Amino acid sequence: MIGIIDYRAGNLTSVSRALAFLNEPSVITDDRELLDQASHIIFPGVGTAGTAMANLKEKGLADSLRKWVQAKKPLLGICLGSQIIFDKSEEAETQCLGIIPGVVRRFPPELHDGTQRLKIPHMGWNSVAFTKSHPVFAGLPEEAEFYFVHSFYADPADAADAAGWTEYGIKFCSAVARGSLVAVQFHPEKSGRPGLMLLKNFCRWNGKNDE
Amino acid sequence: MMSKRIIPCLDVRDGRLTKGIKFTQNVDIGDPVEAARNYYEQGADEIVFYDITASAEGRAIMLDVVKRVAETIFIPFSVGGGIKTVEEMREVILAGAEKVSVNTWAVKNPGIIAEGARAFGSQCIVLGMDVKKVPPTKQIPTGYEIVINGGRTPVGMDALRWAQDAERLGAGEICLNSIDADGMQDGYELNLTEMISSGVGIPVIASGGAGKPQHLLDVLTKGKADAALIASMVHYRTYTIAEIKDFLADNNVLVRRSW
Repeated sequence: MIGIIDYRAGNLTSVSRALAFLNEPSVITDDRELLDQASHIIFPGVGTAGTAMANLKEKGLADSLRKWVQAKKPLLGICLGSQIIFDKSEEAETQCLGIIPGVVRRFPPELHDGTQRLKIPHMGWNSVAFTKSHPVFAGLPEEAEFYFVHSFYADPADAADAAGWTEYGIKFCSAVARGSLVAVQFHPEKSGRPGLMLLKNFCRWNGKNDE
Repeated sequence: MMSKRIIPCLDVRDGRLTKGIKFTQNVDIGDPVEAARNYYEQGADEIVFYDITASAEGRAIMLDVVKRVAETIFIPFSVGGGIKTVEEMREVILAGAEKVSVNTWAVKNPGIIAEGARAFGSQCIVLGMDVKKVPPTKQIPTGYEIVINGGRTPVGMDALRWAQDAERLGAGEICLNSIDADGMQDGYELNLTEMISSGVGIPVIASGGAGKPQHLLDVLTKGKADAALIASMVHYRTYTIAEIKDFLADNNVLVRRSW
């Protein structure tokens, strides 16, 4: 059973619908005991870092998240969930979970691509250059694109934690992998077949990376 | 770098497509869920639904359509048509849509944009704008006026100013429809699209006038649009989405070609 953390962030159901399509049983819950029993945890989220952290603390889930990562339970952060695993966010100067060292930064206001001014949020399909061989990213076509919607991006302190990069005016880290934790800035549940493949890979992953 | 998006638009009334969509010579599909599935498999980057139902029963049917679409396709889609309140937005989002679009009711009550953005985030709120070319006046300096009620009622607002106001209120995207070009299949309104796209910092979807791939190329380059809405040219199977994307790619427009 895949546990999807309910911390009152938006769009949890789209992840569970994608898992249902893949025939992977899942439950959306904020019950720590239920989540403790789950084989895998998905930490999705659309919303703001401050509200998300407040809700996680209130429900005691911030400590649970750290505990699961220490216990090497496979954990997938998506979008906001991929940001608040870092130390802090520039979004309202929020202290975050501190599971991965680094800072979440806002895209600079004047982003350019040659002659054109780029728009914020970064919203649409973009490619990811995966730089780490990893079971969760296995088999993805090299030219695959993923759906992004965000105004902030993670900047890991240790480059070894970065697993994929995307270009949008600047080159930013769009995928992170460390131990049993994988985090992606894009939305695999809304990224067509490559996204579904990534989710399927995650559901079958034992949390180890021997490569 | 980011790809330009190609977005088929489906009009729904009482849970059925209002125009028959021919996917093959003989099959006419009136089911919006099947049509969405087909475009998803053809490589659509996103799908837009307009619910042109007026009744409460029709609205409930639409929510069921949204739910079934969300179980079937795994790309973003938006739903618009007659949405007046945050509660109605919530219903559509909970049913599985990523985005809701507001149009007529946002003109009457601009606060709905801010309320929606606060409740769900700007990325959820699309402002639909219907625009008509008029002689420039003091009130309409750009010569492009906002119209509502499906293009029938001019409201005395300048299109550029409204777009900028909506961005300030928290709209995350603009779907810009030219009433003059709509249905003509003679090309998008390039001047209007270029003006709005350059005048705001949020993505602009061009709508109205698509008849052949060259029109999309024009609006995505000269028109500076971030995405292009298409209807008849794919509904009647004059072109497939893949053909359109091949043409754009051949002309150096970045589009998503693997799905």
